[in-house]
Amino acid sequence: MAEKVIQTENLTKKFGNFTAVDNISFSVDRGEVFGFLGANGAGKTTAMRMLCGLSYPTSGKGMVAGFDIARQQEDVKRNIGYMSQKFSLYEDLKVWENMRLFGGIYGMRDKEISTKTDEILTELGFINERNTLVKELPLGWKQKLAFSVSIFHEPKVVFLDEPTGGVDPATRRQFWELIYQASDRGITVFVTTHYMDEAEYCRRVSIMVDGRIEALDTPANLRHQFNADSMDGVFQQLARKAQRGDN
Amino acid sequence: MKAISVQNINKKYRDIQALNNISFDVEQGEIYGIIGPDGAGKTSLFRILTSLLLADSGTAIVDGLDVVSDYKEIRKHIGYMPGRFSLYQDLTVEENLEFFATVFNTTIQENYYLIKDIYQQIEPFKNRRAGKLSGGMKQKLALSCALIHKPAILFLDEPTTGVDPVSRKEFWEMLRKLKEQNITILVSTPYMDEATLCDRIALIQHGRFLQVDTPQNIIDRFSEPLWSVKSNLMYRLLKDLRQYDKVKTCFTFGETHHITVNNNLTVAELKAFLADKQHKDIEIHTIQATIEDCYMQLAQNNE
Repeated sequence: MAEKVIQTENLTKKFGNFTAVDNISFSVDRGEVFGFLGANGAGKTTAMRMLCGLSYPTSGKGMVAGFDIARQQEDVKRNIGYMSQKFSLYEDLKVWENMRLFGGIYGMRDKEISTKTDEILTELGFINERNTLVKELPLGWKQKLAFSVSIFHEPKVVFLDEPTGGVDPATRRQFWELIYQASDRGITVFVTTHYMDEAEYCRRVSIMVDGRIEALDTPANLRHQFNADSMDGVFQQLARKAQRGDN
Repeated sequence: MKAISVQNINKKYRDIQALNNISFDVEQGEIYGIIGPDGAGKTSLFRILTSLLLADSGTAIVDGLDVVSDYKEIRKHIGYMPGRFSLYQDLTVEENLEFFATVFNTTIQENYYLIKDIYQQIEPFKNRRAGKLSGGMKQKLALSCALIHKPAILFLDEPTTGVDPVSRKEFWEMLRKLKEQNITILVSTPYMDEATLCDRIALIQHGRFLQVDTPQNIIDRFSEPLWSVKSNLMYRLLKDLRQYDKVKTCFTFGETHHITVNNNLTVAELKAFLADKQHKDIEIHTIQATIEDCYMQLAQNNE
């Protein structure tokens, strides 16, 4: 059986009377690209914060990269990568400085950092941008760089929180090719997105509604199960049932 | 009268030609989409047409008014929703709407019918500060504020970025209703599913319009045979297809890759080639192009 890199059992998070995440149980295999979908307010971010070791579960269990998300939060953090559209790189640092900073935070040695910086910049075709301030890069480049930085320390799993907002199909494809490449190397990719065509790139997807996982399968099986011709059709059916609004 | 008429607009920032001799017309009551990547010039174009930025040369007439000489008058005729959320974060939902109504010498009541469908969804939160709203609610408030003075033309610059699929769908349903009220809408988006909802679209890249037409006509013009290909090793498949000299283009499309091929390549031949490369569960189908295939083709040819 495939190695499980993420595993949860009845994972729950309550804020007072409000159950943000309600008994979710699922697992993700090594090297899998897993799509974590849901409308605004469905509980995705809360669930993801628990998986990243940033928030304690109210009840239930979760293991990420071999560590307990309730008891070994620091170990969890060291073994995962994280990128979101909202924050990923320091805009007023140069490209190489960002890589140096994040490599250092994850405890990589100087030599390792500099070799890897060259390697990645060459691969991305950004070698001439080494000394460019991040804020001067086009959005699509920033996103590609941010992804590469999030897996700079070779984590077992990388969490991508709406990584591709606002970019055109050509740039998004280049981004997804980087994701495929990482997954091919055995890195597990856990990704949230609002774009259902992107959901079709995932091996499996889950859809959260009102804090619960209402569907989980491959895109093809979900389309079949919900009798829809696209993931958007599946999503609309499920998300429109939501009782709680996006507040 | 055309709702918008643009002739030979140019705009340069230092060495970068942001807009390169752009000319186009938008009909009254039309939903006109500007589709293109980040940095293609979409926002510069919007800012010129809303009288917020001066072009280096060329003319633009919006609702019969010149964007330079009639700039004061024009602002009463248009609504503008910029890409970045630009309402007052520390005013409440209702205060923001009230503010924009007052600036334009009107009241919320006077044009309430126009925003009713949208505003009703955020009205339960009317005492909440705008900065505390979710993405979908901010977008609804921004649209309400852009509409409160009953503009003839709406400019929406990437209105749905970061908004979830249900809210996006509702947003587009709203735009169709506004169109029925004869409001003209110029909207930019990087998303192809939204492009198909426009009456006409312009594909823009490096400050130039590559093509302007209805989504259907753009699709019909896609002349090459298109295949979808799938195997058990999708990442390897991508690399193998790109290295095969009889494959012209190859792009990822969710669960399959889409390829255009040389005329002399047969499905059987490609299957044999892939089987030889250790691929299993190979599936190859001839398919109809979508607007996204057209975009990828055009973007590639104009790199």
